[in-house]
Amino acid sequence: MSSKLKKGFAGKRGDKVRSDCYVEVIPKESGGIIIEIASKVKPMFGLSIKKQITEMGAFFNLKNALITVEDNGALPFVIAARFEAAIKRLNPLEVKEFLPPMIKANFQNTSKDKLRRSRLYLPGNEPKFYPNAGLHKPDGIILDLEDSVSHSEKDSARLIVRNALRSVDFYDCERMVRINQLPQGLDDLKYLIPYNVNVILIPKCESGEQVVNTVLEIKRIKTENNIKSEIYVMPIIESAKGIINAYEIASASTDVCALTIGLEDYTADIGTQRTFQGKESLFARSMLVNAAKAAGVQAIDSVFSDINDMDALRQNIVEAKSLGFEGKGCIHPRQIQVVHEAFAPGNDEIEKAQKIVLAFEEAERKGLGVVSLGSKMIDAPVVKRAHKTMELALLNKKITKNWKNEINKK
Amino acid sequence: MKLIKNSSGRLVPAEINGQKQIPFKGVNKYKPSGGKTKPQIKSCIDYPADGNKIVKTLKEALKKSGLKNGMTISTHHHLRNGDALTNILFDTIKQMGIKNIRWFPTASFPVHKHLIKYLEDGTIHHIEGSMNGPLGRFTSLGKMKGVGVLRSHGGRYQALQDGDVKVDIAVIAAPTADEFGNANGVNGPSASGLIGFALGDSEYAENVIVVTDNLVPFPCIPWQIQGNNVDSVVKIDSLGDSAKIVSGTTEVTKSPDRLLIAEYVAQFIEEAGIMKNGFSFQAGAGGTNLAFVLFLKERMKTKNVKARFVRGGSTKYLVQMLEEGLTDYILDGQTFDLEGVRSMRENPNHVNTSPFTSYNFHGKGNFASIVDVAVLGATEVDLNFNANVVTHSDGYLLHGIGGWQNCLYSKCTILAIPSFRDRIPVIVDNVTTLCGPGELIDVIITERGIAINPRRKDLLKAIKKSSLPVKTIKELKSEVDSICSVPEKPKLNRKKVVAVIKWVDGTVLDSVFQVIEKS
Repeated sequence: MSSKLKKGFAGKRGDKVRSDCYVEVIPKESGGIIIEIASKVKPMFGLSIKKQITEMGAFFNLKNALITVEDNGALPFVIAARFEAAIKRLNPLEVKEFLPPMIKANFQNTSKDKLRRSRLYLPGNEPKFYPNAGLHKPDGIILDLEDSVSHSEKDSARLIVRNALRSVDFYDCERMVRINQLPQGLDDLKYLIPYNVNVILIPKCESGEQVVNTVLEIKRIKTENNIKSEIYVMPIIESAKGIINAYEIASASTDVCALTIGLEDYTADIGTQRTFQGKESLFARSMLVNAAKAAGVQAIDSVFSDINDMDALRQNIVEAKSLGFEGKGCIHPRQIQVVHEAFAPGNDEIEKAQKIVLAFEEAERKGLGVVSLGSKMIDAPVVKRAHKTMELALLNKKITKNWKNEINKK
Repeated sequence: MKLIKNSSGRLVPAEINGQKQIPFKGVNKYKPSGGKTKPQIKSCIDYPADGNKIVKTLKEALKKSGLKNGMTISTHHHLRNGDALTNILFDTIKQMGIKNIRWFPTASFPVHKHLIKYLEDGTIHHIEGSMNGPLGRFTSLGKMKGVGVLRSHGGRYQALQDGDVKVDIAVIAAPTADEFGNANGVNGPSASGLIGFALGDSEYAENVIVVTDNLVPFPCIPWQIQGNNVDSVVKIDSLGDSAKIVSGTTEVTKSPDRLLIAEYVAQFIEEAGIMKNGFSFQAGAGGTNLAFVLFLKERMKTKNVKARFVRGGSTKYLVQMLEEGLTDYILDGQTFDLEGVRSMRENPNHVNTSPFTSYNFHGKGNFASIVDVAVLGATEVDLNFNANVVTHSDGYLLHGIGGWQNCLYSKCTILAIPSFRDRIPVIVDNVTTLCGPGELIDVIITERGIAINPRRKDLLKAIKKSSLPVKTIKELKSEVDSICSVPEKPKLNRKKVVAVIKWVDGTVLDSVFQVIEKS
């Protein structure tokens, strides 16, 4: 390995760092590989860290170097990413990738109309939040490469996210990644697509063309890596122009599964401020819902940023639901349960949906082409919505799996 | 040092600091015989008839008590990390040129790292109590002259009563006292709530010195410590830093993972059928502990359930439950915040207790086994549900036992713990130090799932229909190991015992070995 740089380094150091590490690689003329490890878990993992670093050094053909690790309880996937980032900063031409094992749980697939009530944002460069994120049971997790990652850390964060997609169990959550704004975001994709990501979020999306470009690049990488699973995109609309083009964006590709909105940027773009009542964004939100529904995709609301006010969050979702939104972004795990409860159907809704579902099944049994409830005819989309309501009711434990039998008993 | 294998397969010394020991024989297997310890008979003739036992300085009081080399001196941790008195006490002992003291505190805190220099210069020979933080590190590296002894709060009372430890001088920090020696913790600038930890010392120590910074005329009401047991009273300017004695407020954890554990705990208590009218529970002040109380409170309100009593560790959250009528009583062992102190002062249903009533194993029963459910922490748990609460997986002593061992006797003992800390798994093959036998530990609740001790078929059955993530402890362990990988064992000098863990009956449960620092 040759390099003009004196050293490569990556990661986090200092007393406040948790579950992360700092790795420094200084190439030498001779002397072989010297590894120095300072770790607060050294008595338990000193040998394991040393072994990992030795293996990775050999993988990257490091012959003579001083490698320093300052560890604050980083998990192996984090140590691997930080080391690889240090190597690649030292030698930007290095193309080899050190991939941690792909765990079984991460081969799960998704579907276009999967329930997406809640998605938990996880900053891309903060791996300490990863291992437990799925335990809070959001419908999806979002590993964020965009706003939560500073410009100088984008390279390191990509490796963290790549390794997380392979090695971290997110417990059946849909696995989403928010890439950087295009065109930079297109470069992120090769770190994601081969590793069973389910949904790519395209930030600050303003045109159908951006969606098409993203989808094409995804397809290219899929073919290259022989990836068969479905990967969807969710454009985030965050500007006046994006709102005007919302339908074009939603219908640009059949791989779009949902539209969502970023209200901080949107309100800044139209020259106003975000208020609790949200009057300033009513147009944009309605427009987005309308465009999404017209294109047959989900409409998902922005995040709610006050993590301490659960009542306000609940109120905010009641409003979003009434506008036609089906999901909400979460920036703290405690918001998830509130979001799920607030999107849960009410008792009236459930009762009505039950009647429709039963009428539909009755009609099917009798071979009738038309579903009717009393004297009213029921259209197919209404039946579909009733099924969805029942699915939500079941998820929220408002009914049991045996609800049909229970109704019959009554 | 001769080591013998006790009934749990742990190697323990046959003799510690020159005293013969009984190895652990199993839970409820050892029954002592003979009489309790007998302090000397005293006579009123030797004490001032006007009741004034004031002595000008602590030094004078120590002299009067006949302080000599090698004596045992006890202190108590009501002042927690705000304690200035213990440090002043040993400064004074050092000045007097006294050596080889056995220090017998109810607990130690980081503020006591001041005493390391006295451990080094031989003023203090060894500690029997808890060796927390810096003192734990010092002990673990084998630097203490004698062998440390860790006891539970109940075990400490047992040791006093049975004569395992003969206290020569007890120095009791009293937030309020009169010149006769009556004392309490509910009043004064250094109010700590209660001073029940000092009760046993006031009864069994040969000499008792009450030190206060709030002297009131006789009678000091209430008298949590009775002056009739007290030799002398010393007034000093300040017992310590009141902000560190009790916190202004105790805060519930903000960690979403710990809140999740707390939610599971509350859900478990309800769904296992423990939460019903007239039930009781034990709660402390740890982050997860405060949170489970809040979640349980919501469930109690929804189901209209009222507790008969709560054992604390009182905090404002328990006080709120008492004041809202969700429990008839708080039986309080120590007060953690100002609201707890206020409530104890004002509310007769907020009762101060002592290790004698709550925990002493060699008595005619104690409260711990009456409690329906106790929620505790641990540093490690193993596949047989044995738990460790004093050392970490790196072998270093870091915490005391407190009331933990005693609380294991509750009808349902829950350990509420994260499945790993940093990269360190909490569930291990074998605990580094055995503090609690697995047969007394019923449920492990982590953010990744809940493991119920297979001995508790009743609980397994009760929880069958629950949505809680019930797993076997093996499943939990392998899940965590797949995240963290299996840790290496610490390097220990198995020939040098630096401290021992006593069981509640005074037998030796396990040894803590010297840690060899890895290069």
